[in-house]
Amino acid sequence: MADFDMKVKDNDGVIVVTTNGYLNNYGGEQVASLCLQKISEGKTKFLLNLANTDMVNSIGVSILIEVIEELQGTQGVIAFCNLAPIVEKTFNIMGISKYAKLYANEEEAMAEIA
Amino acid sequence: MSPNPTVELTLPVMEDMEIAATKTAEVVAKAMGLDEMKTAEINMALIEACINAFEHSKSKENIYITYSIDGDTLIIKVGDKGEGFDSEVVSIPNIDEKINSDHKRGWGLQLMKELMDTVEFESTDAGTTVTMTKNK
Repeated sequence: MADFDMKVKDNDGVIVVTTNGYLNNYGGEQVASLCLQKISEGKTKFLLNLANTDMVNSIGVSILIEVIEELQGTQGVIAFCNLAPIVEKTFNIMGISKYAKLYANEEEAMAEIA
Repeated sequence: MSPNPTVELTLPVMEDMEIAATKTAEVVAKAMGLDEMKTAEINMALIEACINAFEHSKSKENIYITYSIDGDTLIIKVGDKGEGFDSEVVSIPNIDEKINSDHKRGWGLQLMKELMDTVEFESTDAGTTVTMTKNK
């Protein structure tokens, strides 16, 4: 299995998840599971920092659609930052960017969503 | 160098083995002088082609990849010996329809088509070969 791990912090009410490694089905499930758990605890703002994830696959990304889905009907938001160009292009092709804002870096993202 | 240098790779159906395919693609792309973005697009398309071959073919047999350099064009073929499928009946995925749907997957073909210059499928009951090209 390709290496994947993540770090999580609560920054001003925003759950910031920094991933590290290939976002495949395993990685997608790890991130989605964490976010869904936090949503059940009342958290509604999520920022995924993908600075250390330069490779994804469509299965991993499609699992994240569950989080978008879960946040619908709340005032919640999910955003991504530090995307490698190919990851950003993949998100655009899949339409993820229609439902989640993409930011250049964490500071820019926090300034808007915190 | 031979007129159409070709690299062949055989992959067992094992988790994350698609990464091995991208490593080879990077070496071939570098030999062609392809830029970083085009190499990344090839890798992404190749990952999706391998996943399709691994999962959709329902095959336990190896998959076969060839990388051929034809002038300024890289030709990649990914073949499996699983059940075939008709690419014409695969619907174009739409995020609006995927949300609140039980089936969120099914993006592979669309990604391959968007990221490569050409993508063609040949599929029979004996297997499927996807041929993708990327121009320099």
